[in-house]
Amino acid sequence: MTAVEEVPLSAAGNPIGFGSMRRVEDARFVRGQGNYVDDVNLPGMLHSAILRSPHAHARIVSIDASAAEALPGVVAVITGKILEGIPRPSLLGDNFAWMPTLSYDTQAVLATDKVRFQGQEVAYVIAESRYIAKDALELIDVEYEILEPVMDAKRALDAGAPIIRDDKGQTDNSITDVHGNKTWESGNAESTAAAIAAAKADPNCVVVTQEIMYPRVHPAPMETCGSVSYLDKVTGQLTMYTTTQAPHAHRTVYAMVAGLPEQKIRIISPDIGGGFGNKVPVYPGYVLSVIGTIVTGKPVKWMEDRNENLVSTGFARDYHMTASIAATKEGKILAVDVDVLADHGAFNGVAQPTNYPAGFFNIFSGSYDYPDAHCKVTPVYTNKAPGGVAYACSFRITEAAYVIERVVDCLAQELQMDPADLRLKNLLRPEQFPYMSPTGWEYDSGEYEKTMRVAMDIAGYDELRREQAEKRAKGEYMGIGISFFTEGVGAGPRRDMDILGLGMADGIELRVHPTGKAQLRLSVQSQGQGHETTFAQIVAHELGIPPEDIEVLHGDTDNTPFGLGTYGSRSTPVSGAAASVVARKVRDRARIVAAAALECAPDDLDWELGRWYVKGDRERGKTIAEIALLSHSSLELPEGVEGHLDATAVYNPPNLTYPYGCYICVVDVDPGTGQVKIRRFIAVDDCGTRINPMIVEGQVHGGLADGVGMALMELIAFDTDGNNLGGSFMDYLLPTAVECPDWELGETVTPSPHHPIGAKGVGESATVGSPAAVVNAVIDALSPFGVRHADMPLTPANVWRAIQGNAIRVDMAVE
Amino acid sequence: MEVTITINGTPVTSEIEPRTLLVHFVRENAGLRGTHWGCDTSNCGTCVLWVDGSPVKSCTMLAAQADGHEVTTVEGLEQGGVLDPIQQGFMECHGLQCGFCTPGMMMTGRWLLDNNPNPSEAEIRDCISGQICRCTGYKNIVASIQWAAEHPATSEVTA
Repeated sequence: MTAVEEVPLSAAGNPIGFGSMRRVEDARFVRGQGNYVDDVNLPGMLHSAILRSPHAHARIVSIDASAAEALPGVVAVITGKILEGIPRPSLLGDNFAWMPTLSYDTQAVLATDKVRFQGQEVAYVIAESRYIAKDALELIDVEYEILEPVMDAKRALDAGAPIIRDDKGQTDNSITDVHGNKTWESGNAESTAAAIAAAKADPNCVVVTQEIMYPRVHPAPMETCGSVSYLDKVTGQLTMYTTTQAPHAHRTVYAMVAGLPEQKIRIISPDIGGGFGNKVPVYPGYVLSVIGTIVTGKPVKWMEDRNENLVSTGFARDYHMTASIAATKEGKILAVDVDVLADHGAFNGVAQPTNYPAGFFNIFSGSYDYPDAHCKVTPVYTNKAPGGVAYACSFRITEAAYVIERVVDCLAQELQMDPADLRLKNLLRPEQFPYMSPTGWEYDSGEYEKTMRVAMDIAGYDELRREQAEKRAKGEYMGIGISFFTEGVGAGPRRDMDILGLGMADGIELRVHPTGKAQLRLSVQSQGQGHETTFAQIVAHELGIPPEDIEVLHGDTDNTPFGLGTYGSRSTPVSGAAASVVARKVRDRARIVAAAALECAPDDLDWELGRWYVKGDRERGKTIAEIALLSHSSLELPEGVEGHLDATAVYNPPNLTYPYGCYICVVDVDPGTGQVKIRRFIAVDDCGTRINPMIVEGQVHGGLADGVGMALMELIAFDTDGNNLGGSFMDYLLPTAVECPDWELGETVTPSPHHPIGAKGVGESATVGSPAAVVNAVIDALSPFGVRHADMPLTPANVWRAIQGNAIRVDMAVE
Repeated sequence: MEVTITINGTPVTSEIEPRTLLVHFVRENAGLRGTHWGCDTSNCGTCVLWVDGSPVKSCTMLAAQADGHEVTTVEGLEQGGVLDPIQQGFMECHGLQCGFCTPGMMMTGRWLLDNNPNPSEAEIRDCISGQICRCTGYKNIVASIQWAAEHPATSEVTA
């Protein structure tokens, strides 16, 4: 279970267990033989396109689709009015114009009364080609009565603000959760307020308060969202090839939305061109492709374009946070309080698994030892696209990690302490684990100081500070930023977590064929994480058969057991555990078969990798392959043992796992232009046991690029009329190879004590942990100008304004 | 209109609308789906292929403009069942995750090595800077191209 354990190699040179090996899936991808949704073409397939609202808030007066319907090649034009007329035999509303979201709200499939954000779905065209479908959109005449939009979350609850959700009879723009709450609190309000008040009154203490915004960004996977749906009217079978990170959850939702029998729905999520949380929700476009095949009787493809992806599908963040931190003047943190205004857009569409609807935000107390923490989150509707939980955020932990790491740096500046020293003074100590946080999280394991020291050693921290001092003396602005983050991933324990009432345990099935080769069927779904490789390695580790002898199947609900999918870094913590458990079941069954064949009791056998042998007589034994064949043979087995080695399992995690890490970023800032150049980035992650270190490092690299993008470039802003200003890759800037440095990685390995193989999950760690390191580095560089904080993205313009002491709202257009 | 485009050495003749994009011609008319589409605005580079030996973003070129020209796509890299070193480099160095940007990245990387067999890291980063990858953070893409530069004759025989 440690990095130094010797792992034998297979004949193909792969580790029979954990270790770096080339990915199985690469063979098809490097040949251009991947199979993405847009690569699926069915006989007789029609194409489709969605007409979207140009306005953020407007009443629909009329829709005239006659010219579009008359265009040769157009098969059907569907509007909200038509959907209202289709009765739906389900408990979730009586017609198809509205659908449930994954957070107990409703969302329009096609707008009927009003449009509520720019880019909202208004009409749906089905045609013989994608070109004709797009042409037809131009011919649909919609008359709008433009209404004043609510674009600033800070004004959403003002008296007299326009009401967005009048469809629900709302009299304001507040969001009420399933328990009837309009604000969500966590931690101890009274003790935290008292600790902060006491610190304010104590001359030996300080309290620092800072407004910190995490602006709206977008996951922007390279492949946009889409689906190909086909309802066979004879058999009643609905087959849907779709870009989903959660095929089983989507099947259940479609059964609920469309009123179709669930056993007749097959969701195939083939190769997925990146997800990052963008492909968790159910979007109107998916539902429309189902309606399209119901209406036409033919397969219907819907693929959104890039603009549609950026303006209408699940965005991320949009958290306005005010954090207060109290500490002694020696730098001992006493309490943290965070007040959040959460912009959820026009429909509450977040997919998150807790009874606390801000996801896992209340893990914001971070990696430090202090007793009092409290947060309050107030969610509001605005005239923006719905979403909020996406972009590798681990259910809002990215906002949590950012706010604590930013405000700790503000405290360091106030105390004139080195931010590394301040962190080292407050980090949780190894003997405190399992550690119960002030907001109720039980961190499973960690050796935080060790990890931080490794990062500081790689960085050459003291030398960097010396260099910085020299440069400052010369008028050069170099910055060093640190972030130490703790995540809770692997949602989640069924007693605590669900999505739409569906618990988050994951099923798995392992079939061992008579020749000893195996098939592993997963409920989770890879969007690039390499499951076909790593899950085979887990089974190889448990059974001792080569990973190349294990075929991993996923992404087809007809061929895999139920589970809630891949997001929030949950595949390894939940399904990875299930893979280990099911392989151990097979191993236990193999022991019984081997005992029968060796004419001894199962207890007389010992295990070594790949075989059971008689205790004290190592030569007498049977390999898994031999036992597999025996399990299918006429060998007489003990009563109650039926033969075969196949097994299934469902893994209900006892707790989340808590990966963590320390990141250090070094930047150079040009004060004349405001340009930030990232010179170095050091990332030391502890994600417990590493199944395939090469893949772990690849996951970290990708997340670090996300952090650089969000810290410096990425932004979905709006003007006051409601226009989305980040609707193309010309406006929504993503980092390229020239903005990203040559990442310097390190590792520590502190296994999770409750996970069967000690693995913690790592997919989202770097996205969560890295933005604060970049921003802290830039602010560190700017501190000689008296800058304590500036909001992301730290574009040249925003950095320049910060230097001038003239920071402005980043999320709204400059008027 | 009728166009004939030679794709990976094979002429493909189709009757198309004049507005047909090259990326759609390659994917739909020629049935070669290794070239992907990602943004419409020439920013992401997932649609990169070669026209007459040079990388082109095929989402912003009309198929009609390629009439009579030679196009090479990712499917043309493997020769006689033998992978190109650039393909093997991406496998060796974990240069891909979801695989969506990979064909375009490999086409640009191969072109770079054909014109500059020993590029510096900075030259590699500059060469792929018109293409976006959301998974890898680019480090391993750079390493993959470097691997291919270091193993110009290495190849893997396809099973």
